[in-house]
Amino acid sequence: MKKILQIILVLTFTASISGFVLSSVNNWAKPFIEENRIKAISKAIFQVQSEGKKYEKLNINEMEVFKVFDENDKTIGYAVVNQGNGFQGTIKLIFGINEELNRIKAIEILEQVETPGLGSLITEDNFKNRFKNLNTQPLIQVVKGKLPSNDNEVQAITGATISSKAVVRIVNEAVEKLKKHNGIEK
Amino acid sequence: MKKQVSLHYEFLKGLWEINPIFKQILGMCPTLAVTVSAINGLAMGLATTFVLIFSSVIISSIRKIVPNQVRIATFILIISTFVTIVDLVMKAKFPELSKALGPFIPLIVVNCLILGRAEAFASKNNILRSFLDAFGNGTGFLIALLILGSIRELLGTRCIFGFQILPDGFSTLMVMILPAGAFLTLGLLLGFTNAYTKWKKEKSKKEILITN
Repeated sequence: MKKILQIILVLTFTASISGFVLSSVNNWAKPFIEENRIKAISKAIFQVQSEGKKYEKLNINEMEVFKVFDENDKTIGYAVVNQGNGFQGTIKLIFGINEELNRIKAIEILEQVETPGLGSLITEDNFKNRFKNLNTQPLIQVVKGKLPSNDNEVQAITGATISSKAVVRIVNEAVEKLKKHNGIEK
Repeated sequence: MKKQVSLHYEFLKGLWEINPIFKQILGMCPTLAVTVSAINGLAMGLATTFVLIFSSVIISSIRKIVPNQVRIATFILIISTFVTIVDLVMKAKFPELSKALGPFIPLIVVNCLILGRAEAFASKNNILRSFLDAFGNGTGFLIALLILGSIRELLGTRCIFGFQILPDGFSTLMVMILPAGAFLTLGLLLGFTNAYTKWKKEKSKKEILITN
């Protein structure tokens, strides 16, 4: 009986101390984590919309879309966050697009767990630059083993075709969704 | 009565004699997974050392009141508390590192090195000795991760800590960054440490024979 009481007491004691410590640390850390998240997002937005000065969040289902304005408060386009399946896990990316939704301005990969050295090359400038000024009408296409001949084509990375295709698919999906959304709005 | 060893030995043994990676082969999962670069190895080593030291000290201080039946549950509770603290602090103050290490910080909870030292040492020894043991083992772990990370980063990207060491003419070995590179490097390092230990043992044997 004494043993059982001791077991209960020790477990209750350690669990409550641990709960107290964790909630205090969490209270301290929460604002910093939130601040980091906002900082990371706004940095990414201005990376893909380099002339942007201000942004405003739009409410669109399942997608984070930001309307970006330049210094004269003129709309210069959108920054869209979207995610989807890559080769090994989720790829989360942000891209900047003009107001007419037909030219990609720039793209940044936010999160990915692709194969290091192959699929992870999608985070390199060499690949990201292939999206600059890309036409999104009709859909962006992936080409393999040759240079793109049309302005809506992206060359896949050698050895990482699935990752390259995934990035393109995620961008295409987001553009389609945004187009639909804007069409309904107007 | 157990033979008491000197205090500095409690620290030093973790560096080489019972080095968690090269001798005890503990905590292999984070070792293989995060050592793609020296900075990742360093951060993982520091996080693990922090958790190891604090949980060892706490476990050692309550070792007499914890009933034997629930000791593992209590140890895990204490360990996971410190791991969550590390995770939150890293997310708040070092978001870049936290992103690079990803799920491997929360996974320190199940790193067998920590529970291993808690069970094998901290639950049987006083606070000072447990602290030194944890500090030594943590440092040994950190050094091993740093070596692994540096070798893989050097051969895979020509850099260490992001500074270029090897000339551009050196062609990078992609395999070193991939999981296979972790196994190759770790296997070779283990082979070298074992060969060295064996050579040293035989040498001391010979010396004894000669002096006799």
